[in-house]
Order: sequence, then C-alpha cells, then structure tokens
Amino acid sequence: MSYLSHADLGGRDLPGAIVPEPEGETFHAPWEARALALTLAMGGTGSWNIDASRGARETLPDYAQLSYYQIWLAALEKMMAERLQLQPDELAAGRMLHAPRPVKRVLRAADVPAALARGTATERPATAPARFAPGERVRTRSSAVEHHTRLPGYVQGKVGTIEHLHGMHVFADAHAQGLGEQPQWLYTVVFDGVALWGESAEPGLSVSVDAWESYLEPAA
Amino acid sequence: MAHDHDHAHPDDHSELGEMDLRVRALETVLTQKGYIDPAALDVLIDTYQTKIGPRNGARVVARAWVDPAFRDWLLQDATAAIASLGYSGRQGEHMVAVANTDSQHHMVVCTLCSCYPWPVLGLPPTWYKSAPYRSRAVKDPRGVLAEFDVRLPASTAIRVWDSTAEVRYLVIPQRPDGTEGWSEEALAELVTRDSMIGTGLARMPEAAP
Repeated sequence: MSYLSHADLGGRDLPGAIVPEPEGETFHAPWEARALALTLAMGGTGSWNIDASRGARETLPDYAQLSYYQIWLAALEKMMAERLQLQPDELAAGRMLHAPRPVKRVLRAADVPAALARGTATERPATAPARFAPGERVRTRSSAVEHHTRLPGYVQGKVGTIEHLHGMHVFADAHAQGLGEQPQWLYTVVFDGVALWGESAEPGLSVSVDAWESYLEPAA
Repeated sequence: MAHDHDHAHPDDHSELGEMDLRVRALETVLTQKGYIDPAALDVLIDTYQTKIGPRNGARVVARAWVDPAFRDWLLQDATAAIASLGYSGRQGEHMVAVANTDSQHHMVVCTLCSCYPWPVLGLPPTWYKSAPYRSRAVKDPRGVLAEFDVRLPASTAIRVWDSTAEVRYLVIPQRPDGTEGWSEEALAELVTRDSMIGTGLARMPEAAP
C-alpha cells in the first residue's frame, strides 16, 4: 500500500499511561509555542489547507517516535519543502539562501484576532438531497484507500445507525489531495460497542464518528 | 512557559536545546522570506496562553446550568449559543454540545489526530493528543476514566464521540448537588477542563477553589 497513515490509533492497545495535566500548562517548552504559531501563521498564507496538513503529519515515517509539536514542525517543513518555499540548506544555515516563492497572503499581527474569530467553516450550501435519514442502518466502507481519509480503521466495515445530519461539508479526502472541496453530506453515525469490539465490549458502550456520505452504504 | 513539572513528556526534554535551535532557524528563514510576521506569532501565542482557554467553556456550562432556555439553545445549536457569549472561530466553527445525565456519560476523543474545540477549551492537553488516550478511549473508556480517578456506576452508559470531521464537541457535565442559588461565576469555578472533555466530573462544592 502506498499511502500509510501512522495516526489511526483508535482501538489499538498501545502501552503507556494517560497522564492528567493541570489546566494552563499549555506549552512545555518555548519552542512548542513557536512551532504552533509558525504552523498557524504559515497556514494563514493559504499555501495548503488543514486536510493537507493532516495528511502531511500522519504520513511522517517516524510519527510514533515524535512528540506532538515535533510532528507539527516536521510536517510544516515537509510541506514547505514540497513547495520550494524552504530548502534544507536554509534550515541548516539558519538564514535565507534562496529567493522566496510568492505566497497568497501574510497573516499580520493586527489581523490575528479577526482571523481566529472567523475560523474556516466547512459547511457548504446543500446541493443534493441527503441519501440517509436519522435512524437508518448503514455499513461503513470496508476497504482501505490510497489517500488521506477520516474514516478510522476501527469502524471500517461496521454497521451503525445514522444519528444526525450536519449538512454538506468540504470532503476531507478530496481536499487533502488538492482536488477541491467536493462537499458531501456529513453524518454522525453511532455504533454499539459490541459491533466494534465483540461480546467483550463494555456494557452500554456506544461510539460515534462523523462520516461523509461516500464512506457509507445502506445496511440490510 | 518552560517550567519544571513532575511527569514525563517523551522527547521534549532531551531535545530541548536542539528543538529550540531548529525552530529559531525556521522562524528566521520564514521571516527573511516574508512569509510570516513575527509579531503575529507573539499574538497567536498570547491568545492561546491568556485569552482562549477552558475558562471560556466553563462560562458556557455555568450559563447552561442556570438558564434552561440557554441550555436548550446550546443543545440545539451550540455554535450560535456559544457565539452569543463571544466564543467562535478556529476549531470551533461547527459546535455540538452533549449533556451528561445519571444514565449517560459523554466523552470526546480524536483518534485520528487532535481535533478539539479551541474557542471554548483552548489548546488540548498533552494526554488528549497522546497515543494511549487516542487508542484506548473508544475501546476501554472506563479504564481511561479510572486513570483520571473517575468511576461511574455500572448503570451509566458511556458514549464516546470520535471527532473525525470538523464538528467539535463540548460536554456539559452534571451540575453538582448542593449548588442551588450559586452565582454563575461561582458555578464556573466548578467546571474543569476535563469535565468538558468527559474525562472528569465537575468539582463538588466543597472542592471549590
């Protein structure tokens, strides 16, 4: 398989404790704050979209060995290198060695509050009727795909129930590949724990995902 | 920002110096190329350190506790109800609020990355982004809750919301008993970040800070 996500962790029995953390402990080193801000500021240039960013992060070969902001940083450097916005010798030198590539816009300090408050909505006007209605039983796609996707492995090929329609949203799979927005209906699909984990599932457990329409087929 | 703390974050410490240098080099190059405004970085960091954090969400929950009409609005159209208190935008464009009851407990995860409702909760804590939480929350939520010292009755069913698209989830924890007549401001102090993710419960009144 040529596309491999290292980020699809749901349901895997991975070792390690979950360590609670006090509120207000936002960053653990100064560089983490700068890495976050650099990522948001470069996102603001419009050079890529958030789905492409997620694709760049989840395909880092050493994803599992990196801390979270190391993942962000490595993906940022990778996306910039792919666009020739940044070249490896420049990082090593710590200064610009090659002419800049034009960017669509630059996020200025004065514009940050408005940009954050605006965000980037993904709902689009409905241009087609929804295929499914609340209460309908659906089966998720069972095969893997060769690109970024947002259907977690642990729900692949499982039967669940449509719970809610969220309108039509930018389709992450297409968007990440640079194929445009291709909006589709987005649904909350809820699964019984037993459908996902078998009879050993915690009694009363249910798990939901938000799934685009093309992930789903009617279940008999 | 950098400070001592008593638990481990893989890789952070041993590579601190190296990471600092690498990020500084990157920032210098991007500034020289005119891609970024370094002052914008300062504003971004300050925003998420001092302005946008879980106290926003706590105010939303406290309002829902005291105002049934607001609670209904929040459950029907969380994006609009939350925006009415001044919180909106990046990573909270499409909000859904879910309310805990005696019979149903809600818990939020993003198994695929770290999706989290920034306008109401700020940036996610390290554990939320970690492999142990992301892998286990959907399969063993009671085991996960035990690591937060939360034990729910067997009669409480657990619903886990995996944030796989751009919808972001806010849990409305149950209002603690013994808080009748409390002000909204005092109630908000009982609302912890973890209680709005569903890995905690609201503080009991005697534990108010």
